[in-house]
Amino acid sequence: MFAWDLLANAVVAGLLLGGVYAAVSLGVSVIFGLLDIANIAQPAFLILGAYAAYVMYNAFGLDPILSGLLFTPVFYLVGAAVYRVYYGSFERRGEESLRGLVFFFGILFIIEVSLSLKFGVDYRLVQSGYVGKSIEVGGIGIAYRLLVPCLVGLAMTLALHLFLARTFYGRAIMAVSQDRLALRLMGANPVKIKTVAFGIGIAAASLAGALLITITPVIPSTDRDYIGRMFAITVLGGMGSIGGTLVAAIILGIAESLMSTFFGPSWAQAVSFGVLLAALAVRPAGLFGR
Amino acid sequence: MRQPWSRSIVRAVLVGALSVVVLLASAGTFVAQAADPIKIGFGMALTGGLSANGKPALLAVQIWKDDINKKGGLLGRPIDLVFYDDQTNPATVPGIYTKLLDVDKVNLIISGYGTNLIAPLLPIAMERKLTLMGMFGLANNEKYQYPNYFQIQPAGPDPQISTAIGFFELAAKQNPKPQTVALVGADAEYPQNALVGARELVKKFGFKTVYDKTYPPNTVDYTPIVRAIKATNADIVFVASYPPDSVGMLRAAHEVGLQPKIFGGGMVGLMFTTFLTSLGPMLNGVVNYDFWAPEPVFLAMPGIKEFLKEYQARAEKAGVDPLGYYLPPYSYALMQVLGQAVEGTKGLDQQKIADYIRANEFSTIVGKIKFGKNGEWATGRTLMVQYQKIQGTSIEQFRGPGKKVVLWPDEFKSGTIIYPYASALK
Amino acid sequence: MQGTGRTFLIGLGVVLAGVLLASLRVNPYLYFAGYVILQYIVIATAWNILGGYAGYVNFGTPAFFALGAYTAVYLIQSMRAPLPVLILAGGLVSALLGLGIGYLTLRLRGVFFSIATLALSIVLQTMIINWEYVGGSRGISVIRPSSPPFGNYVTFLFTVMVLLAVIAVTAARFIERSWVGRGLAALRDNEEAAECMGVPTLRLKLFATTVSGFLLGVAGAPFPYYVTFVEPNSAFNLDYAVNALAMPMIGGTTSWIGPVIGAVLLGSAQQLATVTISSEMNLFIVGIVLVAFVVLAPEGILGLVRRLRSR
Repeated sequence: MFAWDLLANAVVAGLLLGGVYAAVSLGVSVIFGLLDIANIAQPAFLILGAYAAYVMYNAFGLDPILSGLLFTPVFYLVGAAVYRVYYGSFERRGEESLRGLVFFFGILFIIEVSLSLKFGVDYRLVQSGYVGKSIEVGGIGIAYRLLVPCLVGLAMTLALHLFLARTFYGRAIMAVSQDRLALRLMGANPVKIKTVAFGIGIAAASLAGALLITITPVIPSTDRDYIGRMFAITVLGGMGSIGGTLVAAIILGIAESLMSTFFGPSWAQAVSFGVLLAALAVRPAGLFGR
Repeated sequence: MRQPWSRSIVRAVLVGALSVVVLLASAGTFVAQAADPIKIGFGMALTGGLSANGKPALLAVQIWKDDINKKGGLLGRPIDLVFYDDQTNPATVPGIYTKLLDVDKVNLIISGYGTNLIAPLLPIAMERKLTLMGMFGLANNEKYQYPNYFQIQPAGPDPQISTAIGFFELAAKQNPKPQTVALVGADAEYPQNALVGARELVKKFGFKTVYDKTYPPNTVDYTPIVRAIKATNADIVFVASYPPDSVGMLRAAHEVGLQPKIFGGGMVGLMFTTFLTSLGPMLNGVVNYDFWAPEPVFLAMPGIKEFLKEYQARAEKAGVDPLGYYLPPYSYALMQVLGQAVEGTKGLDQQKIADYIRANEFSTIVGKIKFGKNGEWATGRTLMVQYQKIQGTSIEQFRGPGKKVVLWPDEFKSGTIIYPYASALK
Repeated sequence: MQGTGRTFLIGLGVVLAGVLLASLRVNPYLYFAGYVILQYIVIATAWNILGGYAGYVNFGTPAFFALGAYTAVYLIQSMRAPLPVLILAGGLVSALLGLGIGYLTLRLRGVFFSIATLALSIVLQTMIINWEYVGGSRGISVIRPSSPPFGNYVTFLFTVMVLLAVIAVTAARFIERSWVGRGLAALRDNEEAAECMGVPTLRLKLFATTVSGFLLGVAGAPFPYYVTFVEPNSAFNLDYAVNALAMPMIGGTTSWIGPVIGAVLLGSAQQLATVTISSEMNLFIVGIVLVAFVVLAPEGILGLVRRLRSR
């Protein structure tokens, strides 16, 4: 007797998780997927966003998602600043690959350790009003703790997609990722556009971090769990495709969920990365890549 | 094609390396010397995964030092603590303790916090024939059977079943006796040990295992796991977890509506004040292991109230658990045992101290301690507690008795179990 | 090359100095701290063969190091193999890993190799956690052999590590000055152009990953005897990844001397910090120094010195 309801629940849980994973990976999708900058420090900004939400929750009882939104402009500015340093030090000299990677690694460490120094290593969590409750839809239980962040994640993905497709800056970002020279010839400044894109990528981390701390407790070293996930999702989905990121995130979420439910959770993560390695070997462009 | 500058570089490097070597070798000698103090050295997890317990342990040891120095020290000499951060990384332990012993020249050592940090220290202690007091490690001495090792965790002669024994005994006593068990835990040191013990006990009490799986410690969503467990309809659910997964499993259990007859077991972290105050009523009904509870029998022990007062006064500034109702009393007791042994043998001879500790019963702020086989407590005392009648999330309700009731062992029982688990949730 | 004989003598001299230092039985702390620094010389040199010479950034150093350590654990548990066997086996297994991961990803751009190495650490760690024979997640205690040379096993390991460091550095120097090194430099600067000029880029890259992997495994193989307790979290510690990156970057990636300088400086600083100030500041400082060097002095100390001399 195959456990259909168990399967259905696992798939739904995976879908919800996927929505959050998509939010988490949006930053990398823009920065790495479109700008081709391997920003290894993105998970640190994610955790920074989580802590920002925690501080606001503790001090004012503010719902984390609201804090996440509030901090978006701050993170945008930080992202823009980081990009300027990166551009000045590396891109302009054409030395981005090795040194750029190391630069971001250093930033990752600085952020993680600063958080440790300030907040210590106790797990921080947030009990928003809706955590602990769930609704039943046709025999499938859906926890609000996952549902709300998932919906916000989906909204973020949609918003970013619309931004890239419909607005001037959005289309300019797509253009700069495809052909920098042509963009220049059209009179737009690629550096300015990349600054905007990078800023958006980091701003996305702010909100995604708030979603993360709603789902699960975090400590400063939680970022290491997400380095792999973010890049796996971006690569699997295809560089430069926001929709691809969403699809890949959902695939990863469902894969982890199914693994957990039926084969034992130990292998869930490893399988996801095994999939990444296989994808890189077989179809490096990803599912929807150019 | 030899570049002309390379030779001077090599020279510079060698000179630099030599000076570093000299610096390292002499690094310890710049420590200020007080009036011939007794130096006690140790590494402690001040950063890294176990620092949430390492830092309170350090505070307790420091309080002991201050208390002893106020009374004139040991053998008339003041106590000096020399400690370094082991970063919860066993690879630092050999280097740290060699520095303590050979450069800082400490008189006595104690261990850092945690099984993994004690493990690399035992061979060093054995090689140098030192008495080693262990600060919370599970079954460290089973392989070595070193006679001069003593453990302050009250696990007792069979450490591996110590976490789960109370849980399964309580389950077996219920009428009608529950039949099926689900075992789940994290892929990490302590949970794995606890699960090995649990499996033994399941066999002993004649339960039937219907689920036995582990999960990686950085799992984000526990709902699929909990759902799979719910599908088995197990009467008993035993969870062995570390703090983030303890929280995750508990929340998922509430969301999924998991209501076995008895739930809990070896969930580390639920007793931390930060989780008590954020989970609040979600904890009701959980039967969990513990070492200390603010119940009358424990509050009556000699010196505990003064210790807790001092600890709680210093806790906030130190950035540690504000109540200290878990490990700190035991860390203090560890030092009491060592101190009493030093006074009892009137000296610092390692073998005499070890013999004294082995032979005597000690009176400490956590009660009477007698050591037995492999340096563990002669009688195990891992408690089984149940969270009851928690309302809201204020910290005050957790200060005194009543919310974390001791169910087992009988000598320390302070309340009755609310069984089945679902009744406690109302 | 007339330099080879001279190199051999210098290398031999260093090893003999190490043995002399060990037999003097000075303060034991020196051997413990020295072991770690020498270990990092091997790690940094190994990383640099792939990172500095070929331009491929390996974030998965812990995977190779831990694989060497766990291969040793397996051999110790199953047959109490002697140390040379452990070292050779550890190196070979990690070399195979390097070859494998290289084959899977090196036909792609460099950044994909780097991401793959990140994923590698996690996959390998999960596999080890589920392998009870070598301790799984609970870790395993390893008992050192009795009656070692120099009276103390760690002192003995210190001399072994001196030898391994000399071997690693000699290998790096040899590669750097041979046609392999020139080929790697060509593909680091512009892979497409190198291909067009007939440089066998794929084979060179595979060579670099294999040798780098071998040396990392060799660095990890004595680790179980040093620490006597091996568990996945500390064997796969991210510190190895950061240091393997930071040491060559700070020292200078273009020459074999760079990683040595970086390892000695950063390694000693960290050892000192462990027994003086809080270790968290230690990591914080590594991060700041790393970023500062990468932004301001991308060629490391070697580059700074070169610039000073050419003024």
